[in-house]
This record gives sequence, C-alpha cells and structure tokens, in this order.
Amino acid sequence: MPALTELERAYAQARRDPSFRKEFQHYLRQYAGRATPLYFAERLTDKLSGAKIYLKREDLCHTGAHKINNTLGQILLARRMGKERIIAETGAGQHGVATATVAARFGLECEIFMGKEDVARQSLNVFRMKLLGAKVRVVEAGSQTLKDAMNEALRDWVTHVRNTYYLIGSVAGPHPYPMMVRDFQSVIGKEARRQFLKAEGRLPDYLVACVGGGSNSMGLFYPFVSDSKVRMLGVEAAGRGLRTGKHAASILGGEVGVLHGSKSYVLQDARGQIRETHSIAAGLDYPGVGPELSYLGDRGRVRFVSATDSEAIEAIKFLAEVEGIIPALESAHAVAAVMRLAPRLAKHRTVIINLSGRGDKDMTTVGDYLGVRL
Amino acid sequence: MSCIERKLAELQKRGEAALIPFVTAGDPNLATTLKILRALDKGGADCIELGIPFSDPTADGPTIQRSSERALKNGLSLPRIFQLVRQFRRTSEVPIILFGYFNPIFHYGLESFCRAAARAGADGILCVDLPPEESAELKRWTDAQGLDLIFLLSPTSGPDRVQLVAGKGRGFIYYVSVTGVTGARQALDDQLRSQVARVRRATSLPVGVGFGISTPKQAAWIAGFADAAVVGSALVERIEKAKGGAEKARCAGAFVSELKRAMKQVVKRS
Repeated sequence: MPALTELERAYAQARRDPSFRKEFQHYLRQYAGRATPLYFAERLTDKLSGAKIYLKREDLCHTGAHKINNTLGQILLARRMGKERIIAETGAGQHGVATATVAARFGLECEIFMGKEDVARQSLNVFRMKLLGAKVRVVEAGSQTLKDAMNEALRDWVTHVRNTYYLIGSVAGPHPYPMMVRDFQSVIGKEARRQFLKAEGRLPDYLVACVGGGSNSMGLFYPFVSDSKVRMLGVEAAGRGLRTGKHAASILGGEVGVLHGSKSYVLQDARGQIRETHSIAAGLDYPGVGPELSYLGDRGRVRFVSATDSEAIEAIKFLAEVEGIIPALESAHAVAAVMRLAPRLAKHRTVIINLSGRGDKDMTTVGDYLGVRL
Repeated sequence: MSCIERKLAELQKRGEAALIPFVTAGDPNLATTLKILRALDKGGADCIELGIPFSDPTADGPTIQRSSERALKNGLSLPRIFQLVRQFRRTSEVPIILFGYFNPIFHYGLESFCRAAARAGADGILCVDLPPEESAELKRWTDAQGLDLIFLLSPTSGPDRVQLVAGKGRGFIYYVSVTGVTGARQALDDQLRSQVARVRRATSLPVGVGFGISTPKQAAWIAGFADAAVVGSALVERIEKAKGGAEKARCAGAFVSELKRAMKQVVKRS
C-alpha cells in the first residue's frame, strides 16, 4: 500500500508536468513510431458490404502492438522515481516484450513473469524478451497463465518494493494503475478521433476493440466517452463458447468481485474462488477486467459482445486474405465482431476497429489450430 | 475487551508472549484440520490463525500456496470452515482468527460472513488484501458482531499508516517482519526490535510479529520484545510432510509445544 501511495503521488506530479508530457510525446513519435495510421479498409468494407470500416493500426507500433504506449509512459515515470529494477507480468508476451524493450532502451534491469502455459504457446516472444536482455521467470503456480504471472509479480514487488517498479500492462490491478494505463493508452483514441474527423468530417458510429484486461479498448474508447453518439463495443473472449465455461469473458460471464486490488467483474465460482480461464489468445486469458470498463458497461456506455476461438481464427484468415494484414489473435476478436456487425449496418455507417497488435507471434498457435505443422 | 485482547493481556501480565500458530483450513481435509487444531491447543497455542484458502494468495509464499491448493481441491467452502470452528469450540476456548483474502468473503457477503463467523465462535478476522483505507464496510459488520478486525503493518509503513492502523485495529497489530510474502526464513531482520518499538509507541494494542518465523530460537527472540509470534509456513510445512491425519496432528502439536517452551524461557524486557 505505501508503494501504491508513492506511485500515485509520483504519477500525479508527472501528469501535471509539461516536461514529462513532452518527453512522453517525443518517445511515442521517435521511438514507437506514432502516429499510427487510421487506415480505410476498402476491401474488407466491400466484402462485408455494409458499414465503412477503418482500422487503427496499432500493429504498426514498435514491438508490434499498442503495449509500447504504456510501457514508455511508465518507464519514464519509473526513472523519475529513481527505481532501478523493472518487473512486469505478461500473457501473450506482447507486454513483456514492450517492457523489456523500454527497459533496454533506458538501461534498467528487467524481469518478466510469465505463466508456464503461456511460455509454451508464445515461445517466440520469450526469445525476444531474452534477446532484449530481460530475465524471464516461468510461473508454475495455479493455472500457469496471466493471472498467476500477476500474482507472482505482486509477490516479487512486495519483496523488493524499495528499488523495484512494477510495470502493469493492463487497465487492471490496484489504483492508480487502471487510470494511469488508460491515460497512457488514450493516445490511440486521441489520434483516431483527429484522424477520423479529418478523413470523414464527422465522428465514427462505432468503435470496436477486444477486451482482456482492457488496455487497448480503454485507450481507444476513453477520448470518445462523452461523444454520446459514438457507440462502443467491447469484444470479450468466448473461448470454446460462453456456455462451456471455457472462456475468458469476465463481464458477460462473471460476477462482481475483487481481484488484484480492484473491484470489477471477475470470473469466479460459487465460493468466490477465481476460475481458470480459456482463450486461444493468451493476451485475453485473464479472469478480470479493468474496473472502468465494468463501470462503463454497467452504465450502458460500452456494450459487450464476445467472439469464440474459432471465430477469431476465421477473422485472422479473412483479414489476411482481403487486406494483407495479419492481426494478433487478440485483435482478431474485434475483427470477428465486426464481421457480424458490419453487414447489418447501412453503407453510410462507419466503424473503427482497434487493430491492437500484429499476428506474427501467433503463427504457431494458429497453425496448431488449423492442423498445420510449422 | 475482546477474547483475543484479554488473552494477550493475561500473558503480558505474566511477562509472556503469545504463540499464534497458523494452519490452512481443510489441508488436506477438515477432519485432519480438526485434529490439528486440538493438538495445537494441547501443545500450548494461545490463539490460532485459521487460514481460509484462496485460489490466488498473493501475500503467500509457495508453502501456503500449496496448502491452499490442496484444501481447495477437496472442495472446501466457507460454510464448512464455520462448521469446523463450531466443532472445535465445543472443546476449546482458544481464540480463533480467520485469516483470508477479500474475494471469498465479499462473495459470501460481508454481513453474512461476520454473522456466521461470530456464531461459529471465531474471535477475529484478518483480511490480508484489504487495506485499512478500504475496510469501513467490513469493519461495520465485524464491530457489530464483536469480532476483532486485525490489520497488518510492515517495515515500509510510514508514521501516518501506523497511526491509521493504531486507530482502526482491534485485537492486536500484526507486524509483518519482512518486506515480502509468507514463508520460513533463515534470518530475520536485526532491526525488527526497534521497528516493533516504533509501532508500540503509537498504540495501546498488543503487537504481534509474523511472516518468516520458523524456529524455536527465532520465536524466543521475538518473545523478548513483542506480544505475540505468529508461526505459519514452518508449521504448514511440517504438516505437509507428515503422513496421515493422526501423524500430522502429532507433529503439529509437538512443534507448537517446542516453540512455546522456547518462548516461555524468555523474560520480556519491555
């Protein structure tokens, strides 16, 4: 708790400091490669023959996903706080890679916690992290996925709290993380809003993003929250189907609970024990969801739907074939939802999909699913 | 004065520190836990911390993680823990502190939980992932049911936090001896004595020390300057290794009486 108070204070100072904001902007531009394009997906639009679809190309960020936006913001904060060691949890490995990347860039020691099951299905990212000089700690407790990695990172943090900065990758965890990660990620929505206005002279009708913990969706949605005409759709991972129990849809299938220091929707059993989750997308395989998303869901501001493993695979194939873009399995959930939504909308309707990451890391998983040995 | 406070005050008058062993409820099953609780009582435990297992015990090291997993695998639930406390109460007055994480309690309902815990005969609640700042709702119900809500302090707690916990805490203040999670440790921090003294100056509540205490020697050292020593992982490890319910209970009882004997030889200098 004292560590969280220290962090809250440091962040409150930093966000008011123009030099911090300037530094953050500088690295977003020069290092992460922002602004990312808002790309009109012409063939996807044609094929679905409904709404006009744009892709916010976060997959073109340095390291291949939106995760770098947040890790850059937090590493600058960690430096201001004088911390020497960075730790982080990772599911798909994208946040781990993004953290290892910025730690290398700023010369800080870095350790990444990753569940054993995720290490197996994301071996490419494990190798990337090691190449970037990070130590990868394999977590064998519990379900051996993202939540267990987060448990272990929390344990490490309380043990080495004095010199260590815990760089959380999602809008989950204790305050101030959900707020801070949202702020750093909202560059996605700010850019998209500006770019869309320039391209279409108005605001979009729909925003669609996948939701695991919720960082890419909050990043896109947040700058549009008060634009009441813009509809927002969060796509949760239905895994093998919501009715099978093998999914990771916390809002659609969970109950209110407290996990990792925040109150939100949580997948749990009748005893309040946290349930094991399943999604083909390691980055969505988490039993909780950011508290602000739960709040926006309860208020009816964000509507939640889901996509299954097999729909996500179909979406990867479809987008690859019609646009020449291979999305991450996580982002493919958002594409899958739009494949259902767009044909039902009139041609003058517009949709932005947050293409939060690229799919290179998933090729083994997709190959396995399709029965192709790589 | 609550049962826990009375017990600690009694011991204090005799210049003795309390021994508070921790065991996980239902590890590996409830019948064994009942046997163990009775053995702890006989062995000289002054209070008992009964762990409510949780799937994601972020404050615990590997020993208690494993013991929680074993308990949950056997389908342990809160109503069955209350039943266990009730059974134990029939033959013992040793104060019981339910030690757990917030979500299972929240899911059960704060009011129902406190009501059922009190009715079963528990004396205190320690919710390890609920900071005092967020505790108002639970405290309302623990107060209403006459349960002590116990809070933790650690070496990183500043003066403001010590004040906050001194104001809200009941029963005793649980001082975490190390920065880190539960688990037996080779060495404890030399500065522990002065850290406990710092807390003691801020409160009239007894101060107990836990996390990492694993040998009779360490427990005796703690008894020299604190009001209570909590021993968890070292005990759970012995229970884990012993084969069969009767043997587990025997080992637990023997370890506790060894700890208690060492602690009794120390005359408190505070």
